[in-house]
Amino acid sequence: MSGECLFVLGATHHTAPLAVRERLSLGAGAADALRAELAGLAGLREFTVVSTCNRIEFYGVAADASVAAAVQRAFCVRQNFSTAEFEQFRLSLSGPGVLQHLLEVTSGLDSQMLGETEIFGQVKEAYGLAQANGHTGAVLNRVFQKAFQAAKHVRTTTAITEGQVSVANVAVELAGNIFGSLAEARILLLGAGEIGEKTAKAFQSRGAATLSVASRRLERAMELAETLGAFALPFWLMPVKLADFDIVVCATSAPDAVVSRPAVEAAMRRRPARPLFFIDLALPRDVDASVAERENVFLYNLDDLARIADENRAAREAELGKCRALLAERTAALWRQIEPRLQAGPGVRGAADHRTEPV
Amino acid sequence: MPYGLTSMLAGLTDRSWLWLAAECYLVGLLLGTFSLLRGRRQSGLWINSFIAAGYLCQVLGLYVRGRAVGGCPLGNTFEILQFTAWSAITLYFFVGVTFRLSLLGFFTSSLAATLTLVSLAIPAWDAARREHIFGGNPWIELHAALALFSYGVFALLALTSGMFLLRHYSLKSKQPGGAFSFLPSIFDLDHISVRLLGAGLALMTASLAVGAVYWLRDTASVNPTKLLFTVAIWAAYAIALGLRLRGVLLARRFGWAGVALFAAALLSLWPVDASRHTPVPSPAGRTVPR
Repeated sequence: MSGECLFVLGATHHTAPLAVRERLSLGAGAADALRAELAGLAGLREFTVVSTCNRIEFYGVAADASVAAAVQRAFCVRQNFSTAEFEQFRLSLSGPGVLQHLLEVTSGLDSQMLGETEIFGQVKEAYGLAQANGHTGAVLNRVFQKAFQAAKHVRTTTAITEGQVSVANVAVELAGNIFGSLAEARILLLGAGEIGEKTAKAFQSRGAATLSVASRRLERAMELAETLGAFALPFWLMPVKLADFDIVVCATSAPDAVVSRPAVEAAMRRRPARPLFFIDLALPRDVDASVAERENVFLYNLDDLARIADENRAAREAELGKCRALLAERTAALWRQIEPRLQAGPGVRGAADHRTEPV
Repeated sequence: MPYGLTSMLAGLTDRSWLWLAAECYLVGLLLGTFSLLRGRRQSGLWINSFIAAGYLCQVLGLYVRGRAVGGCPLGNTFEILQFTAWSAITLYFFVGVTFRLSLLGFFTSSLAATLTLVSLAIPAWDAARREHIFGGNPWIELHAALALFSYGVFALLALTSGMFLLRHYSLKSKQPGGAFSFLPSIFDLDHISVRLLGAGLALMTASLAVGAVYWLRDTASVNPTKLLFTVAIWAAYAIALGLRLRGVLLARRFGWAGVALFAAALLSLWPVDASRHTPVPSPAGRTVPR
């Protein structure tokens, strides 16, 4: 029988719908206050709070199983959430199940977007904060460090992170396949809608050289350009200026094509050696489909991008079993290491081994 | 120079070293193919290690052969193919490090394995070699070495062109995933191809310039068939570069030109070789059982 118990408690996108997760979401101030409260909770030896838009999780090492219930009560009171309702959406694991779960979370296997790597940084940040505040000790330090190693191992030995799975990121990846670095790529966004804006932001995050926005309503283009730190371009100038851009993101609501083949032919005569990449996110389509026949012109529409995203998602899902098997091996090895520590308890481990000093 | 000088360096003959080199290149090719079939990003360290090991063996093999023949070993088809593969690998070490083109190591080891294995597998290509082809003149030897080195550059150009065509196909056919996803961008491939074409042409021009000095002194010293094919290959590459710089030969057509011109350059070796003087037995003919 264990002297201490390892547990995880919380709610994730698997257990709770968005509306519930919104209510459970911890603001920065509330999170700090809750951490301070948990630090003083009797019997809670170590803990880390992982809070993202898709999950709120409390990892803890406790003197006995009842402490997890006390953590739950403290959280529910602070969020003004009934304990009974919370239990309907609750994720609750103990023992080796906690390890497998954390390893899967850190590796992106438990993420809404399978294989995404942002969660790795989020978990690392949460652990760093807990460690800096002296909330972790010998058990959680080892558990989290091993989780990071396992996530790196999974990323490098499987294809779980290969290929992008969102339309915007697929478009950016394709641009990389054409231009390599985007540091010199000039982007033109046609239309000021949401999907175009998201895609433009994805390009900016990858270091695109410049971004210009053209919309039939110039004031709307100027407004969006200001938000994005971009240039505004009068829409009627677009065909003339086409040759000055490398990537054109088309997302207007125009009933007919706004980029014609003659306009593209004219642009390519001015830049024959440099590729031109059209991302047509509009319905009906903004770009005359025949421009794809032109040498050095690449055209992808919404269906193309969605199909590639689906294929990448399927490829990642195909890797899931392999990743879980890899993590199961690591979970078993890690449990063999920490189980004796839990059974020994802090008295045997020594006070210095209990929680790390705040940094 | 005694042709029987074969027991240097661990007692291995020139062909033994060259076989070892070919096997290292082959392992690089197999490792790369295995990674691609598994859909995994390639370990550059492993492939480059085998390329480096192969290169070292090839240097030793060519050194032993060079010592045996008393000069640059360019006396028959076998030696020319070995030297071309060696040049391509030499260039790869510079280009690969500078431009860090993904999969270039795999393609280079594939080409080197093909050239070296084919040259070793056809004994007739090394049964005899022309003697004193440089007439003891180091400038003529430089002319030949530069010409073959430019072939190495054109070999690498053919590889980057082939990679460009694959990447271009994947993007146009909207299948950028799988093994295609490990290829470099078409922009980078086009950029490096233009540079390789310029570098190869500069080397070949220098080679022809050195050779022309001696040809003008004694026009009968150069076989007309060799002259015709060499100048034709040089002119074809020069035209390709001119058209590329003028924006006429672009994208796919430029890629096909890089591949086709290297194939033509390789094929031209046979009529050039066949038109030369009567050969004598090669050192391998006496030293290596085949």
